[in-house]
Amino acid sequence: MSAPIYSLKIGGQAGQGIKSSGQLIAKVASRSGYHIHTYTEFPSLIRGGHNITQVLFSPDEIAAPLRQTDLLIALNQDTITRHLAELVSGSGLLFDADKKFRTAGAAPGVRLLPVPLAKLSGGQELLINTVAVGAALALLGGRLDTLNDLLRAEFADKGDAVIRPNLEAAAAGFDFAARNFAAQVEPRLTPLPDRPRQMIVNGAEAVALGAIAGGLQFAAIYPMSPISGILRVLAQYQAEYGYIYKQPEDEISAVNMAVGAGFAGARAMTATSGGGFCLMTEGYGLAGMTETPVVIVEGMRPGPATGLPTWSAQSDLQFILHAHQGDFPRIVLAASDIRDAFYLTRQAFNLAAKYQTPVVVIIDKDLCDDDHSYPVFDNSDFKLDRGKFTSDFNPGFARYYIESDGISTRSAPGTGNFFIANSDEHNQQGFSSEDISDVVSQQAKRLRKLDTCAQTDMPAPQLIGPPDAPLTLVSWGSNRGAVLHALRDFPDVNYLHLTWMSPFPTTAVTSQLSRARHIIDIESNATAQLAQLIAAQTGITITDHLLKFDGRPFFPDEISAKINSVLHPA
Amino acid sequence: MQLSDLATVCSPNWCPGCGDLAIWGAFKSACVSEGWDSTNTALVAGIGCHGHLLNFTKLVSFEGLHGRAIPLAFGLKMSNHRLNVFVFTGDGDCLSEGGNHFIHACRRNPNLKIFIHDNAIYGLTTGQTSPTSPLGFKSKSTPEGNADFPLNPLALAIASGATFVARGYAGDIPGLSALMIKAQQHQGLAVVDILQPCVTFNKEYTHTFYRENTYQLDGSYQPTDKIAAFQKAQEWGLKSIPLGIFYAVDSPTYESRFPQIAATPLVDHSPDRPDLSGLFRKFV
Ligand SMILES: Cc1ncc(C[n+]2csc(CCOP(=O)(O)OP(=O)(O)O)c2C)c(N)n1
Ligand code: SF4
Repeated sequence: MSAPIYSLKIGGQAGQGIKSSGQLIAKVASRSGYHIHTYTEFPSLIRGGHNITQVLFSPDEIAAPLRQTDLLIALNQDTITRHLAELVSGSGLLFDADKKFRTAGAAPGVRLLPVPLAKLSGGQELLINTVAVGAALALLGGRLDTLNDLLRAEFADKGDAVIRPNLEAAAAGFDFAARNFAAQVEPRLTPLPDRPRQMIVNGAEAVALGAIAGGLQFAAIYPMSPISGILRVLAQYQAEYGYIYKQPEDEISAVNMAVGAGFAGARAMTATSGGGFCLMTEGYGLAGMTETPVVIVEGMRPGPATGLPTWSAQSDLQFILHAHQGDFPRIVLAASDIRDAFYLTRQAFNLAAKYQTPVVVIIDKDLCDDDHSYPVFDNSDFKLDRGKFTSDFNPGFARYYIESDGISTRSAPGTGNFFIANSDEHNQQGFSSEDISDVVSQQAKRLRKLDTCAQTDMPAPQLIGPPDAPLTLVSWGSNRGAVLHALRDFPDVNYLHLTWMSPFPTTAVTSQLSRARHIIDIESNATAQLAQLIAAQTGITITDHLLKFDGRPFFPDEISAKINSVLHPA
Repeated sequence: MQLSDLATVCSPNWCPGCGDLAIWGAFKSACVSEGWDSTNTALVAGIGCHGHLLNFTKLVSFEGLHGRAIPLAFGLKMSNHRLNVFVFTGDGDCLSEGGNHFIHACRRNPNLKIFIHDNAIYGLTTGQTSPTSPLGFKSKSTPEGNADFPLNPLALAIASGATFVARGYAGDIPGLSALMIKAQQHQGLAVVDILQPCVTFNKEYTHTFYRENTYQLDGSYQPTDKIAAFQKAQEWGLKSIPLGIFYAVDSPTYESRFPQIAATPLVDHSPDRPDLSGLFRKFV
């Protein structure tokens, strides 16, 4: 049985430091030996609007955000109005005693915890959130010195003039809560002994670190939610690790720059969201046609058009699988968690080099933005694969030589080898060709790479739970966490999680689903895009779907309710 | 190196008399004179009649997408800046489909050489109006006359920050070849707008028209003053189309701003990074 998960939520206006307060609490929890998981909701605004950050912590791993709230910290009335209903008997509501917030309507047994945040901050708006964090920490039995260490580190470059008031604000909140609510202190953040230190990373950071680990040499990324976090990390460490990050003029440029770098022999990537990927589609196929390695990270958010820029979705799968005219091999992998974001991105660089074709890693907004605890990554086991590559001069070099596995030997400019990487259909040297035998043999050769990849590199999909079950769930991407959390209560139900979308594990999926008694497809889109793929690949039509497309993640209780409705129909 | 070293199995398929033949000839003789071969040089082209040049020139190359030669060449150059990277593009390719890339390349000053085969027409798609076609120009897409004012590639390049801006003429092979060499010797972005008669679809900008109306800038013109260069670039008319270097100034190249490639090109760095524990610890 897993240890309970504590859920703290802090809400206020954009600009009130909601996200950074959540991060501080998460870091204190992590340093005290707890696993953390954060979930943030914010509008596409810099100031104003409603922001919340949820911080979950537990001695055990946490798979997904939950709807429960054990402690709500409200920096404005809006937070109370919107989230009061989440509080149940025993939950706490910490709010500014100096402001006339309305708390009427709280469920019986909800503990009201008024703290004079404004007064304790000495009238300094920017310190209010620090006071609140200090007070929450006292209520949860956490250690003020851990928070103080973090504040010192956070503001180290701003100097004492910023550090001291922050320390004072934290202490003021902490002392007030310790004195006034002594009887209500719970040991939720009491340091746990002998816990290994964990990283706190979000998916965007994990992708960036995975890219650096995978041997990234050139990245061109145009800013867009939710992938801007990737370029922030890549830009920061480029000189130190000897790669280049470039902000291009648009996504068309981004992908073409990456293709040019791939042609040069560099390990290259770009990243974008759906709208930017629309602009990249021509370059995507160019990489396929010229057999140039390139990694593309696609962070999904709800569309179409600008859609919901700061919310999450899984609605780009079919687009990524079909974007661009004509046929070309594309490797498409969907990440579900921090582990995938790091290790799949790293692997994508090897796959791109080996199969000389674009590799897309799909992530989503929630995965990009939410912080998670994770054991410190390890890159010492990684074997960099350059694939079939030669820098030896060969006067008769045939870049697009017909090979049975579909993979010709690549070379690069500067080696003396002559070839043309040609957007037009071409012969084995790359000269433009409309000759039937070139057209057919080159097209077939390119597509064979996908079969080779399926046979050599594609693992079987993961089936979690008993092989025979009354009910089988199928899903992908970051829904995995909520499904796994829900399944704690349903040990008989099994779950087929899919990561490889192209090539597709047709045989394994067919055999698993053909023996399933009832299948529920769970997706964050309106048209069951994974189920469409499964039907196309296996001929199995799934008729029961749990689809959510409001920009919010699945919460485990929604999945449990669906499972119950099937297992125990009313 | 000899001209024959640059020959491929493909023979040029441009229309007889096309200016592209002359641009190709001028470039090949520059290659022979300067020793540009596949160990030190790479070519990138867009899509259009101009792009066919790659098939006839035995130098390692990339024929990209219509309009996208410049970003592709930029990625190549940043990854291996020891290579001479030449971009062959068209007026449609560079200034219409790829206009955004062109101005941003100019402001960044990478050491790329951009040769615009400027025939003021879309050749490969059989004769539509291009961004450099004059007002009133009749073509398949503008049967009643072009309603758009033409773009001025030189003024645009100068305004956008290019550090070497010149105009050549495809009818003068030795002069064009010398200009290409000067462009290559320049450290930074070089734009050479090459007046290229399209004998099949552009009946206004013919060889005769250019022979009668162009003149060579001489020593009395100093190409170091930006405002003067901009003014000179406005000159266009009967007997008054200047050829030569309009603007050339020293400025650090884009590549030189990246300390990580000061000593070695990016592709020569090992991408193997087994120990990243220092980086990972920053996230603990
Ligand atoms: C995305 C895209 N749009 C349109 C085309 C069709 N197309 C090919 S070449 C060309 C224009 C060619 O004009 P220019 O660049 O001036 O080259 P030229 O043929 O005159 O050398 C066009 C519109 C294409 N290949 N790709
Ligand atoms: S159509 Fe014009 S540009 Fe194209 S090859 Fe013929 S003459 Fe040259």
